[in-house]
Amino acid sequence: MKTLVYIDHFKGEVQPASWEAIGVARNWGTVQAVILGASGEKLVKQAYEYGADEVFFCDDSNLDDYRADLFASTLGALATAQSPDVILFPTTTRGRELAAILAVDLNSGVLADVTALELEGTLLVATRPIYEGKLFEKVVCLGRPQIATLRPRAFPRPSRDESRNGSAIRIEKQGESAVQVEGYAVSESRVSLTDAGVIVAGGRGVTNNPAMAGADEATIARKGFELIGELASVLGGAVGASRAVVDAGYIPYSHQVGQTGKTVAPDLYIACGISGAIQHISGIRGAKLVVAINKDPEAPIFKVARYGVVGDLFQVVPALTEAFRKRLSK
Amino acid sequence: MKIVTCIKQVPDTEAKISLENGKVQWGDSPLVINPFDEYAVEAALQQKDKHGATVVAICIGPDSAREALKHALAMGADEAILISDAALENLDAQGAAQVLAAAIRKIGDADLVIFGRQSIDSGTGLTPAQIARRLGWPLLSLAGSIELNNGRVRVERVIEEGRQIVSAALPAVLSVVQSIGEPRYPSFMGIRRASRATIPTWSLADLGISAPTPLVEQRAMFAPPSREQPCEFIQGETVTEIAEKLVEKILAEKVL
Amino acid sequence: MDFSLSPEHQMVQKMVREFAQKEVAPVIREYDRKQEPIPWVLQRMGELGLLGISFPVRYGGQGMDYLSLGLACEELEAVDSTLRVVMSVHVGLCGLTLLQWGTEEQKRRFLTPLAKGEKIGCGAFSEPGMGSDVAAMRTTARREGDFYILNGEKMWISLASKADFALVTARTNPAAARPSEGLSTFLVDLHSEGITRGDLHGKMGMRAGSTGWIHFRDVRVPLENRIGEEGEGFKITMSAFDHGRYTVAAGATGVIRAALEASTRYARERVAFGKPIAEHQLIQQKIAAMLTDYEIARLLYWQVGWLKNLGRRCTRETSIAKKFATEAAFRAANEAIQVHGAYGYMDEYDMERHLRNIRATIIYEGSSEIQTLIQAGYALGMRQDKPLRCEPPAYDAEEWTKPA
Repeated sequence: MKTLVYIDHFKGEVQPASWEAIGVARNWGTVQAVILGASGEKLVKQAYEYGADEVFFCDDSNLDDYRADLFASTLGALATAQSPDVILFPTTTRGRELAAILAVDLNSGVLADVTALELEGTLLVATRPIYEGKLFEKVVCLGRPQIATLRPRAFPRPSRDESRNGSAIRIEKQGESAVQVEGYAVSESRVSLTDAGVIVAGGRGVTNNPAMAGADEATIARKGFELIGELASVLGGAVGASRAVVDAGYIPYSHQVGQTGKTVAPDLYIACGISGAIQHISGIRGAKLVVAINKDPEAPIFKVARYGVVGDLFQVVPALTEAFRKRLSK
Repeated sequence: MKIVTCIKQVPDTEAKISLENGKVQWGDSPLVINPFDEYAVEAALQQKDKHGATVVAICIGPDSAREALKHALAMGADEAILISDAALENLDAQGAAQVLAAAIRKIGDADLVIFGRQSIDSGTGLTPAQIARRLGWPLLSLAGSIELNNGRVRVERVIEEGRQIVSAALPAVLSVVQSIGEPRYPSFMGIRRASRATIPTWSLADLGISAPTPLVEQRAMFAPPSREQPCEFIQGETVTEIAEKLVEKILAEKVL
Repeated sequence: MDFSLSPEHQMVQKMVREFAQKEVAPVIREYDRKQEPIPWVLQRMGELGLLGISFPVRYGGQGMDYLSLGLACEELEAVDSTLRVVMSVHVGLCGLTLLQWGTEEQKRRFLTPLAKGEKIGCGAFSEPGMGSDVAAMRTTARREGDFYILNGEKMWISLASKADFALVTARTNPAAARPSEGLSTFLVDLHSEGITRGDLHGKMGMRAGSTGWIHFRDVRVPLENRIGEEGEGFKITMSAFDHGRYTVAAGATGVIRAALEASTRYARERVAFGKPIAEHQLIQQKIAAMLTDYEIARLLYWQVGWLKNLGRRCTRETSIAKKFATEAAFRAANEAIQVHGAYGYMDEYDMERHLRNIRATIIYEGSSEIQTLIQAGYALGMRQDKPLRCEPPAYDAEEWTKPA
């Protein structure tokens, strides 16, 4: 079976889910990768390292900036020439819409935002979330080639063989774009609590650090929230707080999670030094995965957490930050 | 100027979704306009406020979907059209794009078509791009801001890395994200107009197309495993070991 | 008899609920603690058309009916009473009374800016020395040429310090055979010379609201600002109370609902003696009572809304609705606190604020005791409604939605 994988990047910075897609395709047969845009040249070798058998590359200056119509036409021409059985994209802002447009051009369907895949012969059976993950469906593509976008981090990062290499098979751009790119801007980095997919929250435990004996509570709390903030930052999430620390003035009310603070529904909620009083618990009812760190093994928060660490947040939180940093890096 | 907004009716986000006899249930929760589509209607109304326009809301759905269209009218849309046909019951994203494209062509003279980024039920997020391709119009997706000037539209696309600023000549297809602005409440006059409005229904025959061929088929649905599990305590010799184990567990849950 | 709400009414409910829950609920605790009104709330309610909800479009209103007004009040007070108080005094006491008793000219000049939310109105009837005993009011209005000269003090006036206009009843004829016949009502510009006003602090509840006093010293009020004839003041004041009282009944219903929802939610989560307290019968008893009271209060005010739409005098029904809803709301808030246990005593949860708020409604807009006397009067035939020179305005969908 032959799979074409779109390597998604922005000015040479790859979206790591692209490698995950190669990893999946490696299990099925031949893997072709395609990289569009001159800035992606250094990714050609990496694609081979992750397991691609052939890497197509277009450095036409018209593709320096992403434009959906042009990228899709170019991909479409390649797909028509190469006739892959499957085309994989990472589910990114670019990957999703390119898959969509390709499906129209090739008269096929898209298995969008897939979290698990099985193969029945050459048929992909994809699992994907619906109703915001409250349910899942198994779907198959009736058109050919089968097109799918893979949810980032749903599939493992494949092993990397730095001795592997190959040439960049140059392809031409196809079609024109009706869109002009005028420039780029930085986004505001603050994540709002109610929208956050990840929340790292601190409770009374932030004032309890034996290693800082002698310091006043406010100073200890400040350090605690600094550590929490770093973890939140690495995870691209927001910082939350229990009522106790908001009332004590260690963090503004806008961060309060719970009864009269905000009700949140993140995918991941990490409660640090929070005992788990009922009003806080009711505020995190919607969280998909709750992880708790607390010194007290009897703390009520552990009754609603899926994973727990009985320990000192001043030690565990920085260790987690470091571990995530290593694991999530490209 | 004419702006078409495509909306969908979905179960309320607060609804407890479950499976019963292979059918999705949402209990007593109401069906509402897809929250992301409210932003699309808001974006259309912002342009209407600025430049003057007729805003037409369209929706594929059963008769109950009129409620979602009424909400759009109450917000300030000028017209609403329901596309309904027995043959459209199990429409996939590709099929929806075909049908909506036909409807937009039938409405005629649209300058802008605006979508929310995805629906909360199927959540494929494919429709805006597919409609743009079918109509042969430029796609400016994930717009956080919209500017119209002299027959051109300029948009700031909200992407992973920040914002990409793009422009194209009208007519164009847009999808919007939340930073476009909080959707306005229905006004009382809007509520009145909406409750009295006649919303025409277009069938496939009215659109002059036959039922789209399915391109994606659903084999099964299932509920995620129950989370009534006791807390798993992560142990280890060192804090680093514990942290690394925990990270693996969290990643395995695919919540990041 | 159709007891369901039309799609239009459901949309009104939803819209007001969203505004109150999304914009006010997150900040109300803070302002209640500070004892300060939310600075943007009047403007926002004006922007959303709430301040003109049940006035004809040609007078700057939104052209919705009286039931919509009631529904809006229920949704507003479910978040905080101070939101509904704005409706009660601006729309109820002031605006609807103008609609009922004002001349065409007065409606055009005074009602229109009020309905548009450009000006804020309130009702000023009570004084330091009288509340229930309306006929005993002491503020005077002495006729002098083309003006009336107002002297006196009004107290317990919601929005006193925020409003632009007040509907004021004062004594124009001290020598009248019956004191109630010596009163007249005026629309007073609160920016006039001779007016001082201030806020009262230290209230048990409604702390995010503005309640105050207005002092009149030789305030000149033009003749055109007199509403109705001299001597009609008592009747006009009673009409004003009917309008205000309706909004209080509707609003209090919202508090019963808030108590019911909060108690249900908490009872399902809180565990005691091995099970959620929702499974303990004494908790169930409280919640059942809240449910029943909610249904009753709601039907009562819906009926008043329906009667008002028909233009029928409904002092009797309004009185019953107000007394029932306010007393039931107080019971419900009190029991809701009990359901929440110690947490109910904290302002972390809403019920203690609702209890402090709702206590006032048993006192104002006609105390429960006054309502009892009114109802006994009707029941025993000792009280009979006589036709009014200006009957309550019926709702007419076509008339009220005709453009200006």
